[in-house]
Amino acid sequence: MTTITVTVNGKSYTRDVEPRTLLVHFLREHLNLTGTHIGCDTSQCGACVVHIDGKSAKSCTVLAVQADGASVTTIEGLAENGTLHPLQEGFWEKHGLQCGFCTPGMIMSAADLLAQNPNPSEEEIRHGLEGNLCRCTGYENIVRAVRYAAEKMRAEQPA
Amino acid sequence: MIPSSFEYHAPTSVAEALSLLQQYGDEAKILAGGHSLLPAMKLRLAAPGVLIDINKIAELRGVVINGNVNIGSMTTWATLEHHDGLRSACGVLPEAVAMIGDIQVRNRGTIGGSLAHADPAADTPAVVLALDGQIRAQGPGGERTIAAGDFFTDMLSTALEPTELITAVILPTLGKGEGAAYVKFPHPASGYAIVGVAAYVKMDGGSVSTCRVAVTGAGPKAVRLTDVEQAVLGGADAAAATANAGAGLDILGDIHAGEEYRRAMVAVYAKRALQKAMERASG
Ligand SMILES: Cc1cc2nc3c(=O)[nH]c(=O)nc-3n(C[C@H](O)[C@H](O)[C@H](O)COP(=O)(O)OP(=O)(O)OC[C@H]3O[C@@H](n4cnc5c(N)ncnc54)[C@H](O)[C@@H]3O)c2cc1C
Ligand code: FES
Ligand code: FES
Repeated sequence: MTTITVTVNGKSYTRDVEPRTLLVHFLREHLNLTGTHIGCDTSQCGACVVHIDGKSAKSCTVLAVQADGASVTTIEGLAENGTLHPLQEGFWEKHGLQCGFCTPGMIMSAADLLAQNPNPSEEEIRHGLEGNLCRCTGYENIVRAVRYAAEKMRAEQPA
Repeated sequence: MIPSSFEYHAPTSVAEALSLLQQYGDEAKILAGGHSLLPAMKLRLAAPGVLIDINKIAELRGVVINGNVNIGSMTTWATLEHHDGLRSACGVLPEAVAMIGDIQVRNRGTIGGSLAHADPAADTPAVVLALDGQIRAQGPGGERTIAAGDFFTDMLSTALEPTELITAVILPTLGKGEGAAYVKFPHPASGYAIVGVAAYVKMDGGSVSTCRVAVTGAGPKAVRLTDVEQAVLGGADAAAATANAGAGLDILGDIHAGEEYRRAMVAVYAKRALQKAMERASG
């Protein structure tokens, strides 16, 4: 067992973990943050995407011990004081989900994309979400949801 | 899927990592970005008893451009993709790197890890071969420099000793009269190369004086296309030089692309890469 301290959604947690514990299992099973999903065994689906020190990462392909000392943001950490993040609102408004399984990862990847590029074109959104697979929507409404959020975030924070 | 148990070490210096490698020998594996190793461990295709995580070794990260390009082995794809100096010094590298996997893979994966892994469908081996780059490694006997042409020995195999660590990759800076390009036919789900070709040309007074073309994805390891290179040096244009580029190559077919198809795609992508490199060298 190794003792790690990880800040998740602003709160610090110290826990003993086996080195082989994947970050996604640490979040889901040790911290009960089940918003982060597991959709594959091959690091391809993106259902598990979280932010580690501000950068999006597939938490199924990072060891929990590697997050020692880091700051992790999950889907549960996006809303502020009960107000949905513009991306969450966008997925709601634009019908960006059906079963919702891919949605937490999609939103976390999109958040990284918008941090790098506040005004992405449709093509840039599709390229930016290459690491996230959706079995339901056909992606059209996901792209619309991200555009909705991008517009809203730009309006809130004039350059 | 959870990897089998292992002992975990996170050294903070190259010296410490090397002594751990020596201590544990064959049992140990280096953990870099983890985006080839951890998926293999989750599927139990790899089950090292000891992991030596080199992410905390700051001296292995970063890009220094000074006469040539010196890239620390732990530099991530994302850093290379967004590095302003690199775009003008050796633009073919960020060009190729931007095509790797997806943002999340590029945020974690490293150039040293990719070269050490020598996946037959990885992108940068072709670029490093076409640029005649060098791989710097440190081991118990000190430091040595391995030419890219001697580095990839077989599928998933390199000239690296189990007790050695890649510390840096050295690439040339490209100047006037030089051009390089990477083009790729990606696997639609993973992004890995079904066929990827990197080309480098140097022009002297209107004719090509140096030409190197390397293909990845098609066979067990990335290789130079020396027949194509000779044809270009003999004055052939890109189309003529690459018409039979796939002939005689060791090609591996799979359910995504059969052998014959891959062989045909080698010619197509070699032509595109050469054309682009020649345009850039003349421009
Ligand atoms: C979904 C997905 C899509 C991908 N798509 C692509 C793609 O399109 N193109 C592409 O090229 N790659 C692709 N990759 C692979 C990715 O780029 C890997 O990150 C990379 O190949 C390995 O680098 P790493 O830093 O993650 O190495 P790791 O996985 O940590 O290590 C790989 C191997 O190299 C050894 N090693 C690592 N660093 C060193 C070192 N410094 N010295 C000695 N040995 C070392 C390790 O022991 C291990 O055996 C993809 C991966 C995934 C999961
Ligand atoms: S669970 Fe599929 S990429 Fe992580
Ligand atoms: S909404 Fe069902 S997988 Fe995307």
